Amino acid sequence: MVVVFLLIRAIPGEPCSAILGEQATVEACERFNEANGLNDPIWVQLAIYIGNVLTFNLGESIQFSVPVSQLLIERLPLTIELAMSALIIAVVVGVPLGIIAARRHNTAIDAGTMAFANIGVSMPVFWLGLMLAYLFAVVLKDTPFALPPGGRLSAGVISVPYYVVWNWNLTEGSTWAGINEFVGNFVIFNSFITGQWSVWWDAVQHMILPAITLATIPMAIIARITRSSLLEAMNKDYIRTARSKGATETRVVSKHGLRNSLLPVVTIIGLQLGLLLGGAVLTETVFRLAGVGTALFDAITGRDYAVVQGFTVIIAAGYVVVNLLVDLSYGYLDPRIRVSK
Amino acid sequence: MTNKKTVEALESSASADNLLSERPTSQWALTLRRFRGRKSGMIGLVIVLLLIGMALLAPLIAPYPPNEVLIGKEDVGPREKPCIHLLGCPEDQPQHIMGTDGNVRDEFSRIVYGARVSLTLGFFTVTIALIVGSTLGALAGFTGGWIDNVIMRIMDVVLGFPSLLLAIAIVAVLGPGLQNALIAIAIVSIPAYARVMRAQVLSIKESDYVAASTALGASSRQLLLGRVVPNALTPLVVLATLGVATAILEAAGLSFLGLGAQPPLAEWGSMLATERNNVFTSPHLVFFPGIAIMITVLGFNLMGDGLRDALDPSLNR
Repeated sequence: MVVVFLLIRAIPGEPCSAILGEQATVEACERFNEANGLNDPIWVQLAIYIGNVLTFNLGESIQFSVPVSQLLIERLPLTIELAMSALIIAVVVGVPLGIIAARRHNTAIDAGTMAFANIGVSMPVFWLGLMLAYLFAVVLKDTPFALPPGGRLSAGVISVPYYVVWNWNLTEGSTWAGINEFVGNFVIFNSFITGQWSVWWDAVQHMILPAITLATIPMAIIARITRSSLLEAMNKDYIRTARSKGATETRVVSKHGLRNSLLPVVTIIGLQLGLLLGGAVLTETVFRLAGVGTALFDAITGRDYAVVQGFTVIIAAGYVVVNLLVDLSYGYLDPRIRVSK
Repeated sequence: MTNKKTVEALESSASADNLLSERPTSQWALTLRRFRGRKSGMIGLVIVLLLIGMALLAPLIAPYPPNEVLIGKEDVGPREKPCIHLLGCPEDQPQHIMGTDGNVRDEFSRIVYGARVSLTLGFFTVTIALIVGSTLGALAGFTGGWIDNVIMRIMDVVLGFPSLLLAIAIVAVLGPGLQNALIAIAIVSIPAYARVMRAQVLSIKESDYVAASTALGASSRQLLLGRVVPNALTPLVVLATLGVATAILEAAGLSFLGLGAQPPLAEWGSMLATERNNVFTSPHLVFFPGIAIMITVLGFNLMGDGLRDALDPSLNR
């Protein structure tokens, strides 16, 4: 947290000229700095910042003129939905691909799958996004496969938050209202639980292309790791034992091989989070989505200290949570880890 | 009796020596043979060599200079579709096998020259990252103690950020441009080299030949530069090859966001970014630069994988 604070302050260039424009007068800049506390000594700024974070006050965005927490409420749900959809696609497609390649080791299927995986990791995310958008929005325009090339919902489609649908009485500006607004911004989830099916379908359609785009690289990596990990597991003695006691091949693979080969796969899935966030910047740019990635990009290039700090703290927290989940899953996948504390 | 045994042992080892001298196979020859046996690695090598050839011979291959605007020189407009005479394009039209871009420049020539930018960038970033990273890693592993701690904690901090976001932040500090993008990508890739080098040094430090050199009175410097580092380089070669691929991909990403190469330089990422809003009307201007990036990255990835398999026989299946 402190590192982020100092690193961001190290970026040269005045936030004043980035916000007010290059021609801002000295007096205007002075007033701007005073109002935003940028004239205080750096350690005072740091102390105020730490105190604020501990009370969940992430400061105010200089660029968007809204509190950072409000920006997070608006932007974070989209990115979480995008990253989750991408991760689900990557796992649901990547793991079976890896298994198939390993089971048909040294055949054309294996070679084809691995060629696909190699091409997958070599593709620029933004290029794939643009090409998919062209394919599904222009080439397949009048077919049932047509998909929208960008945005979150079609023009005119509005997702009504569940707390409005269900007539909840929320006090404006309270934490509880903020939490509900945050949850309500998960458009796919919100329209699902409130039964706004046309909105739900529209949101899902808008999410398909960005999710596939973002999923491609993790999918290829997961397929490769699954394949090599399963190949290694299938050479172990316990597989021979399982076979010799007469277990069916399906059972040998699923119960003995796969279970033992999943550990590296789960680790890799956890590590993909950083890649997904980097990819989210490019994917959100290509598909014109207002998510965390684009907000963070604008904030970094616009010297919007509060936003960069706030978002980085959230991202770091996300990292910690995901890695915790990964560690916990080790115990489930490998009982030896659970036993040895 | 014992003497006889010793002599026999010596003789058998001598005959083993003879066997070896009949078929002298150095470590490198072995590696090369194993690499040749890997089809995908060879494909990667061929792709990389072709790309290097294309970059070196760009003026001979490209029909036009990369930044030549063809207005008034030929009867072509901006963003013309590809025209290839062999594929039935009328002979009276000038041939542009990848069409023309928004500024009426020959797209194919720009793609060919783009190989120079991407390859140079890939090699330079990796060289910087390799030198800085392996020096830091060797220092950390060899000295240990607080130096090790400080260096590796800094590396952990750098690794803690998503690499593209960190690169964006560094370019924001230094200002957009190809050179700064190069530095940013080099910085974010340093930790990988440092960690691998440190791990290598830690294990080699304990080996018998290092102990032997220490016993013979070698200085720390002699040990580090003469014994440890040369033996630790193998995995770094693999990492560097794969690193070129990552560097090219990340540089293209930065250029796409407008932070890397600036127009009119013929760089694939920025060519793609310039025309991205026209993807629905002139998809070829997005398609070709992307394919060029993909093939280049694929080439280095395949070559790196092949090298890794060749250098580490335990992975051979």
